[in-house]
Amino acid sequence: MSEHLEPNVKLDVEHILEGLETYHPPRKGWTWRDVPTEGVNMGPFHYRDMSKPLKNSIGLPASKYFDHIDPQPSCVVTTEIASGRFEDDIRRMRMAAWHGADHIMVIRTTGQSHIDGLLEGTPEGIGGVPITRKQIRASRKACDLIEEEVGRPINFHSYVSGVAGPEVAVLFAEEGINGAHQDPQYNVLYRNVNMYRSFVDAAEAKSVMAGAGIFQIDGAHNANATAKAGWLVMPELMVQHGINCAFSVAAGMDRSLIGLSTVPPNSPPAPKLWFDLPYAVALRDFFSEYKMRAQQNTRYIEADIEEAVRTHTVDTLISMLTRADIQSTITPDEGRNVPWHYNNIRGVQTVKQTWAALDGIKELVTLNHDGPLGAMVRDLKERAVAFLEEVVDQGGYFAAVEQGFFVDSAKYPERNGDGIARDGKGGVGAGSLVPRDPDYFAPVCSHFGHNHVPEGLDKPCAPIRGCTLCDPEKIAYIDELDPEDSCARRLEKTLPYRKGGLIRPEAEWAGDGTVLIQLFVPENEDIAPVYATEMARKMGLADPEVINTMVLHPSEGCFVEVKGKVAFDIERSSLKIPEKEIVLPEEVLRAAVKATGLRVVAGTVGEDEHSVGLREILDIKHGGIEKYGVKYTYLGTSVPLSKLVDAAIETGAQAILISTIISHNDVHRAQMRKLAELCREKGIRDNLVLIAGGTQVNREMAAETGLDATFGRGTKGIHVVNAMVKVLRARGVV
Amino acid sequence: MTDESQARKERFARRQAELARMSDDQLKERFWQLCNQVVEPIVDLARTHTSPSIERSVLLRMGVDSVSSHGVVDRIFEAGLLPKGAGNVLLRVAERTGKDVRGAAAAILENPGVLKNLFQSVNA
Repeated sequence: MSEHLEPNVKLDVEHILEGLETYHPPRKGWTWRDVPTEGVNMGPFHYRDMSKPLKNSIGLPASKYFDHIDPQPSCVVTTEIASGRFEDDIRRMRMAAWHGADHIMVIRTTGQSHIDGLLEGTPEGIGGVPITRKQIRASRKACDLIEEEVGRPINFHSYVSGVAGPEVAVLFAEEGINGAHQDPQYNVLYRNVNMYRSFVDAAEAKSVMAGAGIFQIDGAHNANATAKAGWLVMPELMVQHGINCAFSVAAGMDRSLIGLSTVPPNSPPAPKLWFDLPYAVALRDFFSEYKMRAQQNTRYIEADIEEAVRTHTVDTLISMLTRADIQSTITPDEGRNVPWHYNNIRGVQTVKQTWAALDGIKELVTLNHDGPLGAMVRDLKERAVAFLEEVVDQGGYFAAVEQGFFVDSAKYPERNGDGIARDGKGGVGAGSLVPRDPDYFAPVCSHFGHNHVPEGLDKPCAPIRGCTLCDPEKIAYIDELDPEDSCARRLEKTLPYRKGGLIRPEAEWAGDGTVLIQLFVPENEDIAPVYATEMARKMGLADPEVINTMVLHPSEGCFVEVKGKVAFDIERSSLKIPEKEIVLPEEVLRAAVKATGLRVVAGTVGEDEHSVGLREILDIKHGGIEKYGVKYTYLGTSVPLSKLVDAAIETGAQAILISTIISHNDVHRAQMRKLAELCREKGIRDNLVLIAGGTQVNREMAAETGLDATFGRGTKGIHVVNAMVKVLRARGVV
Repeated sequence: MTDESQARKERFARRQAELARMSDDQLKERFWQLCNQVVEPIVDLARTHTSPSIERSVLLRMGVDSVSSHGVVDRIFEAGLLPKGAGNVLLRVAERTGKDVRGAAAAILENPGVLKNLFQSVNA
């Protein structure tokens, strides 16, 4: 593999792993998108709130109607990746980057925040990857290649929390991690790390992050996800954000690199906007100097992917009505499994689609602050300030935590008594702090607090002639600690699927074989999932499991989704891949059309009133056959086949085009066969080119139905002209 | 509990009446003033204290690997020398043994006795 990625060549994981011991990131620090103030022109449109387009990307499915444009939102777009195997994560990162993600957040393996120190090597994780130097280096190296391929910097992100925060921060600074979560309150409330230890460690971690230009995201949004009624904790959330921001600035962070992790806290069927909009406005008013990382709601995600996508669309609308510097996405399958590859893409698409649809919304619509919105915003702010006054009144932050001020599910000053209270003397790492002596000395850069640096030194790390932050060659690299639990072992097993020509579907890991089957079962919700499991088993799927059941009616039936594993391989070389149709150059086609005076008759057949597809094939304005000089007679919809044949004879047409959309009971096939038979009966089969198209039609149907060419979705006028000219050439007409 | 709850609500009502008189800008200013007031003593705590993780992070920056830094900080903690700073200790051991930083870390792991009498005032 060269040092550049080729779009048609897979990422070579083994190559990424070569030479890691000497790999250092070419750049450090966070990067925002490049957003031209004058807007962006793409295809037929002017966009007001977009960043520069990518060099290589894949647009939304409908982009084919708009010159394949792929407008990129002005905000950074996040995707979270957590397969447990970084060697599979990096392939997913590449796919996500092609769809517009430029902030890739890697979830840690379960329990890493309680590990007292750094992990090394590449052990397999659960619900995330073990964050290690080797894993980061390999991933960052892959991101360096991917960002070059798509033409936009990628921000690589993970978590600085737990009882090894300062070490993790140093690791991140050394290895060019661009963004990280850091919030001492998160450790205290959700990880039961001793409160004093958590804050003292955090100051050091934040100082190191500031030195490396790492963007910080706080952890306040977890209160939404944890409190029983997430939408009531809003005043407290503002306080949590405020404490982390103030503490971060005191530790030396630049406000422009401090982000609030904020989630619209409510979800339909709740009247979401009446809670989420005032909160979003109040937050952005108080924190106008800080960045907004808008996250999508996870609190109310169920197994239904479409429901999650709809909620996330509204979440993105709230971002656009207020402000989002980073729009995070949640994989819509988070409510039912560890996210799958393609659902990362769906999350990114939700943002991209919403952002394009609502581009420049603030120029068209303004929020009405004079109505109830203004009063609700003001009320939230007053409650947040009163909450803080109460914290001071009760003896400060640590006293407030001991009294269970935080993550109580009532709206302040109400309290349900279900807040998370922690004992100052308890928790992980209690009693581990030591006071620094007057002659305390740390001969390194980015250190926080008292440091008795000997006089006359230009840098604290002068006595060691440079620390690792100044001289990356000094970084101590450990490759593996347990060769049996390593990526090398895993890669051996997946080699046949990555490089050996064997194919298996996958959802998380190479060769995992996971597939999803969607079905309707005309039985009630007790029977339907049991049936679906049994059906999947009989289809030969291993470990079948129902991951979603939606009742459509108590007795009529359910929509069910069942996953399972394909237990067999197929060799790529055994597949008969249809040859790609080569389209003749436009000028050749035009010349042939002119030479023959090519004329066709066309219509939709069967009891079918659909005409849009056929009109697009015909009309000049859609790039139809007319554009190439073909004359046509359009007979309309639900046209009898005999009428088409008669019209062809009458007008002297050389071709008949039929469109058939409706496909139940194989109506489309029957119509296609009948057309060929009719022409044979009339003895004119060899004088006419017979072509059919429709959404359920494909290229292979020509042979079985006796037509000259058949076309499915995505067909353009030029393809049809090309087919007609080729048949005419074969018959010696042209 | 009920009394405390009632008292809190009363305090809130008094505060709200006072806050209601503030402009939006004054309210925002008050919010940040309180945030800074709340974190000030915590920042002081952080300035004047250290932890095993902070000290391990110092050793990492000095070029010591993560596995060794763990053992080295544990030995320094046990010897009561963490208040001096693990990096400081490592420098002194390096000076005493004539080794580089990594060599000094290995020496501490091999024989914690090298930590004796490094700082006369502590170990005297």
